[in-house]
Amino acid sequence: MPTGRQTLTRPARRVPAARPAPRGIARDRTHPMWFLVPAFVILFVFFFLPTLFNFIYAFTDWSSFKSDIRPVGFDNVTALLSDGTLFSALRITVVYAALVALLQNLFGFGLAVLLEKDTWLNRAARLVFVIPVLMSALAVGYLFQALLKPDGSLNDLLSALTGQQVEIAWLGSTTWTLVLAAAIHAWKWMGLSMLIYLAGLKTVPEDVTEAARIDGATGWQAFWAVRFPLLAPAITFNVATALLGSMNGFDIVQALTGGGPARSTEILNIFIYRTFGQGLFAQATTMSLVLFLMVALLAFPVIRVLRKREDIL
Amino acid sequence: MTAPVHGAPRRRVARPPVARGWAARLRPAVVVALVVLVMGVPLWLVVVTAGKSQGEALSPDLSLPSRWQLWDNLAQVWEQGEVPKAFLGSVLVVAPSVALVLAFGSMASWILARRATRLNAVLYALAISGIVLPPAVVTIVLLLRQLGLAGSPVGMIGVYVGIYLSTVIFFVTGFVRTVPLSLEEAARMDGAGPVRVFFSVILPLLRPVLATATILICLYVWNDVFYAFFVIGGRLDTLPLNLFQVANAGLYLNNWHLIFAYIILMSLPLLVVLAVAQRKIISGITGGAVK
Repeated sequence: MPTGRQTLTRPARRVPAARPAPRGIARDRTHPMWFLVPAFVILFVFFFLPTLFNFIYAFTDWSSFKSDIRPVGFDNVTALLSDGTLFSALRITVVYAALVALLQNLFGFGLAVLLEKDTWLNRAARLVFVIPVLMSALAVGYLFQALLKPDGSLNDLLSALTGQQVEIAWLGSTTWTLVLAAAIHAWKWMGLSMLIYLAGLKTVPEDVTEAARIDGATGWQAFWAVRFPLLAPAITFNVATALLGSMNGFDIVQALTGGGPARSTEILNIFIYRTFGQGLFAQATTMSLVLFLMVALLAFPVIRVLRKREDIL
Repeated sequence: MTAPVHGAPRRRVARPPVARGWAARLRPAVVVALVVLVMGVPLWLVVVTAGKSQGEALSPDLSLPSRWQLWDNLAQVWEQGEVPKAFLGSVLVVAPSVALVLAFGSMASWILARRATRLNAVLYALAISGIVLPPAVVTIVLLLRQLGLAGSPVGMIGVYVGIYLSTVIFFVTGFVRTVPLSLEEAARMDGAGPVRVFFSVILPLLRPVLATATILICLYVWNDVFYAFFVIGGRLDTLPLNLFQVANAGLYLNNWHLIFAYIILMSLPLLVVLAVAQRKIISGITGGAVK
């Protein structure tokens, strides 16, 4: 993988050319531009074009109920605004994404610190924590639905531990179910974050910590003041991927709650899936456009902030 | 490294204090407890429930089945979930998607890394914007209908390639920049054209970065249902789509034993790959993220 200084948000610095750059014609012969064509044709047809269509069809009455498509201006947006769906879906998605980014990184970082030493036990444990990363997200959702049912295993375990009957409806709260869903998303992906933090910890040279020790730092100080700041690229990568992965999330929540109770966990992609299934294509497109704009608006500042943190070091 | 440095008190360099000793001794116990509680309980639930009869699995719990009938359940979902067909469907979509995304992505990355023009800087920014920006799922369906590709594997492959090209181009371009130009020039002196240089010099050098990309993209595509719902819409069987169907029917009838049996069947190929190639996978996944 890229050596040098590349991270998710910062391309590797170009190695300065050893000689004056060859003329365009020479470059055409050695590095012809047609190598770009297949990739950009596919990107154009399957990525850019649908995105452009989003900006058009969000303002039409496209649906499965009639064959012609007519422009309707901002009707879809006002409809979604007036019944409160737009803001509630936006709020739920942002809260979900923020919680996932926080929890997945806390869990992953904790595991990485705990399992840092290369003993056989730690190596086996790391492998176990990677299993959910490979599992289908849908499967994870069903698994936790079974675990968290009012008569499910978690309540059984708690009953056995406390000695009295516990019957908490874990997935029945309009406030806390969203938090649980985010925790489960974090559970599935924490193995990946752990691996990346572990790799980050390994890149900190031994003699840096050693030097800190010699200067009189305790183990605790050496960790937080010396090694932790050097994890910045790993943190950037993990926070950015967790945030974006969860804003695009669907499977886990769909399998866990299907958007309930009372649509309190209906993140944008579930809304899009549901309205699309009802044949309301224009409304689904409008939400898809909202998701696009939100990610575009949020992602770039987040990445800039994280990058600045790296630059200070 | 152990030689004491000017004036540094000796005990700092010597063994860590006693408190750390306790923490170190407690650590394996914490690890085992965490593995058992956080991972063991959910995975155990899958296995025991998949081994139960329908009556016992009605409300899934952690008890052992009174009689193991894992094989019967697996056989039943094998039929009901049309596993062979779905497996073929998944392979039919995943293999070409991954092959094409890697081939086209590396070709483009080579040029983007080597020709530092203003146009290419713009093209690079456009190409990697897909890492961040979500695909427009609804209008993709409309476009595929217009192209006559709706519901076809070709359409699905095109969509996956379009979504994951950004990731490949981002990782590979960074990697190509670290490959010395002199390697290419040596081949060129011997009279190799660009196609030859790319396939026999550059592509073999890209192996580590392509390994990471392959693992991540296989994972995403193999497990994807969201894009498949929109693009395929029930006209092709894949493993996750059939899990959704089995589960929807199963939840209605409380057939938890079948849902979990299907989950085992579906996860098994990836778990086998993990068990066989664990070291490669773990170093492969992490290689590109830090540094």
